[in-house]
Amino acid sequence: MSRIQGRFEALAKAKRKALIPYITAGDPTPSMSVPLLHALVDAGADILELGVPFSDPMADGPVVQRSGERALKHGVGLSDVLGMVGEFRRRDNATPIVLMGYANPIEAIGTARFLPQAKAAGIDGVIVVDYPPEECVEFAQAAKQHDIDPIFLLAPTSTEKRIHEVARCGSGYLYYVSLRGVTGAGHLDLSEVSKRIPQIRAATKLPIGVGFGIRDAESARRVAETADAVVIGSRLIQEIEAAPAEALTRVKSFLRPIRQALDASFSK
Amino acid sequence: MRMYDLPDERGHFGPYGGIFVAETLSQALDELREAYAAARSDAQFEAEFRYELKHYVGRPSPIYHARRLSEQCGGAQIYIKREDLNHTGAHKINNTIGQALLARRMKKQRVIAETGAGMHGVATATVAARYAMECVVYMGVEDVRRQAANVHRMGVLGAKVVPVESGSKTLKDALNEAMRDWVTNVESTFYIIGTVAGPHPYPMMVRDFQSVIGEESIQQMQEMAGRQPDAVIACVGGGSNAMGIFHPYIAAKEVRLVGVEAAGEGLETGKHAASLCAGRPGVLHGNRTYLLQDANGQITETHSVSAGLDYPGVGPEHAWLKDNGRAEYVAVTDDEALAAFHALCRSEGIIPALESAHAVAQAMKMAPKLPKSAILLVNLSGRGDKDLHTVAERAGKKL
Repeated sequence: MSRIQGRFEALAKAKRKALIPYITAGDPTPSMSVPLLHALVDAGADILELGVPFSDPMADGPVVQRSGERALKHGVGLSDVLGMVGEFRRRDNATPIVLMGYANPIEAIGTARFLPQAKAAGIDGVIVVDYPPEECVEFAQAAKQHDIDPIFLLAPTSTEKRIHEVARCGSGYLYYVSLRGVTGAGHLDLSEVSKRIPQIRAATKLPIGVGFGIRDAESARRVAETADAVVIGSRLIQEIEAAPAEALTRVKSFLRPIRQALDASFSK
Repeated sequence: MRMYDLPDERGHFGPYGGIFVAETLSQALDELREAYAAARSDAQFEAEFRYELKHYVGRPSPIYHARRLSEQCGGAQIYIKREDLNHTGAHKINNTIGQALLARRMKKQRVIAETGAGMHGVATATVAARYAMECVVYMGVEDVRRQAANVHRMGVLGAKVVPVESGSKTLKDALNEAMRDWVTNVESTFYIIGTVAGPHPYPMMVRDFQSVIGEESIQQMQEMAGRQPDAVIACVGGGSNAMGIFHPYIAAKEVRLVGVEAAGEGLETGKHAASLCAGRPGVLHGNRTYLLQDANGQITETHSVSAGLDYPGVGPEHAWLKDNGRAEYVAVTDDEALAAFHALCRSEGIIPALESAHAVAQAMKMAPKLPKSAILLVNLSGRGDKDLHTVAERAGKKL
């Protein structure tokens, strides 16, 4: 059983919801990334999404773009990111880590070389934003053979047919993008989320995470009424951006109330 | 012989092309693909497109025999396809008319575009005014500064120009920002991409709309010279004018197809925009193609004296034509392009766009090595008024 699957099964048993924070590797500095990941776990993260900086992040809003630009100024590349995960694993061998990024940095290494390297580093899943299922049949299969979950996105614009296709290719969890737009946009439509999640659930046994536009304990709690996991990225990165020197304490004090709100509403 | 019928159903030209986009756009691209397929087989759409090309753009654009330039080069005869004479001064409008007609068919009231030098932005603003559509054009702040006249032109046509501050603040970042707009407003908005790049069906669709250039050329060369040229030469940034003139010639194996990239300060300096000559395959802006990138797969900044060639990728069909050898790709430096710019101005009284001057420079290199009976056809993709300040700056003058 993969770490991700194990984590979701344990959470389901406890009737808890998963909290998945997203940060960009190398932001604000490369040496801060591993301490930040540990801090997120301390504050109640169940799974970590770690962004791989890319020069052309087409699906990201301004906050994630800026975090990527900060990381790129330090020259952080995909192999550096794998190094950070390896270092994180020395102290934490339990928390699943999902890499999230774009296709080109992976293709620059070569998919055949990347997957074993990622597995060795301790990666559990990958989200490649610009790899729809049709373009990565081989990659998704190869990832599964390396015990890495290929995680796919679904959107408010996904058709019924498409939901089934994506559900068939993915593993680990499905990531529902809660709005039409880029990461961190301000127009989360909760009624659409609660309408779409049951529709997706009918097509899959995989847990469903929701992200893009969740900003606080209240929106997290509302989303968790239907979803299994809540992903928070842009709003968290704003905490790092506001005062990089205090990032460790700021991300914890931002995440803890969200953890508490989720547990107060859902855990038994 | 197998007919050339690429791309496949999902937009692949061999290993290139495809649909590499975030999920939110998948449905929009499905819709676009279906709408375009329906439009293509609709005689009324075709008739409307042809009518607009004739009466609004002023097509067919002539082919001109550049006798003095040919004599000066002392070899092959150089013929010039005059896309610079189109309404708005470049080939870009062939495509924006096609896509705007499609947007209207799809009942999209808002169009968006990316632009580098501003020519595609102007062509989009023009058709948006013509068809009464809301128009937003994304342009890197660097380009906004360099191309103030075109920014103003878009403004008087009623378009809103949004300066893009992210990344390298040039064309590729404008494209990223336009994609982000499209993801956000996907139901109301039609994204008019300006070149033969982006996710399927854009590379195919833009090629089809631009193919009028090559279709006319085949007919005009027959009328003027009694035969087809030995080589067709066109500049390649994203590659839309080149694909437009190349595509109808692909089946005519005896005609060499020569794409000319921007070598900037020289390929060896790293300051260039020659994705095919010096890049390697990767995924950017929705398709797999040759890219200028570093070892980490980050897209690198480009350099060219011509803003319109300043793009780190290239249309996937060019990548395919390069690999299978049907087309050859070379690169011309800033200095060579500027010399060709002046040569064409002085020998023929035609001021070419600096982009197009790259193709002229290549013709001037090839002509002396060929007999006087040989024919080179250059696609003069745009006129050079927009570049006069750049040319003046290079000469140390201020306009």
